[in-house]
Amino acid sequence: MLEIKNLHASINQIKILNGLNLVVKSGEIHAIMGTNGSGKSTFSKILTGHPAYTLNKGEILFEGKKLNKLSPEERSQLGIFLAFQYPVEIPGVSNEEFLRIAYNLKRKSKNLPDLNPIEFLEILKDKLDASNLTIDFLNRNVNEGFSGGEKKRNEILQMTVLDPKLAILDETDSGLDIDALRNLSIGINNFMNKEKSLIIITHYQRLLDYIVPDFIHIMHNGKIIKTGDASLALTLETKGYEWLIN
Amino acid sequence: MEINRYMPNSEAKLEQLVKEPYKYGFKTNIETDTIKKGLDEKIIHLISTKKQEPNFMLQFRLKAFARWKKMNEPNWSSLNYNQPNYQNIRYYSAPKKKKKLNDLSEVDPELLKAFEKLGISINEQKQLANVAVDVVFDSVSLGTTFKTELAKSGVIFCSISDAIQLYPELIKTYLGSVIPSGDNFFTALNSAIFTDGSFCYIPKNIRCPLELSTYFRINDEESGQFERTLIVAEENSELSYLEGCTAPKYDKNQLHAAIVELVTLDNARIKYSTVQNWYSGDEFGNGGIYNFVTKRGLCAGINSQISWTQVETGSAVTWKYPSCILTGNFSKGEFYSVALTKNYQQADTGTKMIHIGKETRSRIISKGISAGHSKNSYRGLVKIGPNATKSRNYSQCDSLLLDNNSSANTFPYIQVENSSSQIEHEASTSKIGEEQIFYFLQRGINIEQAISLIISGFCREVFTELPMEFALEADRLLNLKLEGTVG
Repeated sequence: MLEIKNLHASINQIKILNGLNLVVKSGEIHAIMGTNGSGKSTFSKILTGHPAYTLNKGEILFEGKKLNKLSPEERSQLGIFLAFQYPVEIPGVSNEEFLRIAYNLKRKSKNLPDLNPIEFLEILKDKLDASNLTIDFLNRNVNEGFSGGEKKRNEILQMTVLDPKLAILDETDSGLDIDALRNLSIGINNFMNKEKSLIIITHYQRLLDYIVPDFIHIMHNGKIIKTGDASLALTLETKGYEWLIN
Repeated sequence: MEINRYMPNSEAKLEQLVKEPYKYGFKTNIETDTIKKGLDEKIIHLISTKKQEPNFMLQFRLKAFARWKKMNEPNWSSLNYNQPNYQNIRYYSAPKKKKKLNDLSEVDPELLKAFEKLGISINEQKQLANVAVDVVFDSVSLGTTFKTELAKSGVIFCSISDAIQLYPELIKTYLGSVIPSGDNFFTALNSAIFTDGSFCYIPKNIRCPLELSTYFRINDEESGQFERTLIVAEENSELSYLEGCTAPKYDKNQLHAAIVELVTLDNARIKYSTVQNWYSGDEFGNGGIYNFVTKRGLCAGINSQISWTQVETGSAVTWKYPSCILTGNFSKGEFYSVALTKNYQQADTGTKMIHIGKETRSRIISKGISAGHSKNSYRGLVKIGPNATKSRNYSQCDSLLLDNNSSANTFPYIQVENSSSQIEHEASTSKIGEEQIFYFLQRGINIEQAISLIISGFCREVFTELPMEFALEADRLLNLKLEGTVG
């Protein structure tokens, strides 16, 4: 599904990615771990086309299509979703409206007609139930006054509604208590199937107890320095990153 | 600026939208009855005679003129403009009437066409079924619609000129009762030479069955518009009123100095909404209307209420502070405002809430949006007097900057003279940021839609206060104005 070859990227002449390679197939869950400043979160922004970053070398292929020059919204329409580490607040715009506009634009890209608010609510209802959220949640403004946990739940709700092929979760577990983490994991696992792929960026092993990855990659200085299976996280938990970096 | 990075995709389209001309900038060629430029007592006599006014009105005007001559233009605002030459303005310009009109359908077809083009149909069959309109063209009212319908419930809705002739007692009682002619430089000027405007009177226990609305149009290049609106709501009555305005594009600045006075008696309620879209000048700051307006409402009665809602998108310079004087116990004043400035526009706008009666309440929601090289200031006074015990005010002033060259200021003045009252003030300034836009883009929403959503969301609290037909219109107008301003 996703193939990244020798990717180099920078911001204001500062090198961020230095030859990153990654292959993600359908049905796979990949976790990316690493120390602070290793380039994990930046990688998610580069992958989704954030304009602050410049690609210097290499390529990103998504289902065989080269993404390098596509705009963020074009990549989104192809089925790439990023659950943000720090979702922004949008005062005065309700969750329902925001989701409906995004959903209808996705339909438009497939030449399908818009759904009206009533039709859309039908679709939302199931997703809300699955995410353990009530209708009130939809009437609140996007992320405005949300707790850290609510913001993360909202990201996952958006993911399930927009139903992307590839989802990147950027530290979705940070700032969540154990119960919230467990609930969120259920939502993510329900979303996952053989046709989809997941990239999870995290600092902690505990999320990976609930969402078991097929591969774990360790990132350092803008590239992947080690790849292993789910057990690698446990090793990290005891030994830290030192032994890998040195 | 940061958002520029997103622009390559849409640059051409935005470029085109920026250049989209002001839609209402056309001029109507029509035979006019004008007087020479300049202002002196002779001109005032002439205007009063032309309007066949009773003597008390002439005296009212002359007194105001005597005051005006001794006054100076206020200079305490943050506005920077060239002082108009008051002797170079034409104070009266009216379409020539061929005969006395019985009905608006007899109005000159050129004028009807002009209003059709503005989206204002004065043909009763064609217009919004629940809105009565008074149309003011340069210095005169062309007439009001739905007069008979309104008369059935005792509501008076006519031009102020007609009211002076037909209801002199009401005019004597209320004209200048809220805004004395010597209140400020511009009110003195207006009181001396106002030419037309609207008058509404809602009798006791009547809820006005229609929305009332006045549409102001400046057409003549040399003339200023000095209109006067007076609305009186008797005990237990209710009214919703809307005002709209446009002007042709001229590269000279034109003066608009209006007065609006509102009075509510016991338990009465007036909701006054404005969508101001005067010509604002070109992208280099040439031309546009100087909008110096004094609007004030008197909540004279117990439990009465006045609510101002304004969407200010036009004018080169706006100087305007719709205010409420809350003398009636338990009365309530509200001010909801969206002010949008772009290019070289300057807005200095806000409100005054003067609490005099006991347990009076006021609420201020102000939203300023600035783009280009514009300056957008909120200036507001909340004053709670010694007898206004247990009064409350809530103020919220938010500014949204669309780029780095524009500026936003908030000047709240607060005076509280008793210890049982409460005041709350919140203010925020934000800038549409790269991360906010990226969030939308990542969800597949393009930059134009993203900005439009952010702006609509930002203004929502104010738009919900507008009458329904106009809320959509205001939202559309704002988006139209803003298209292409970012970047």
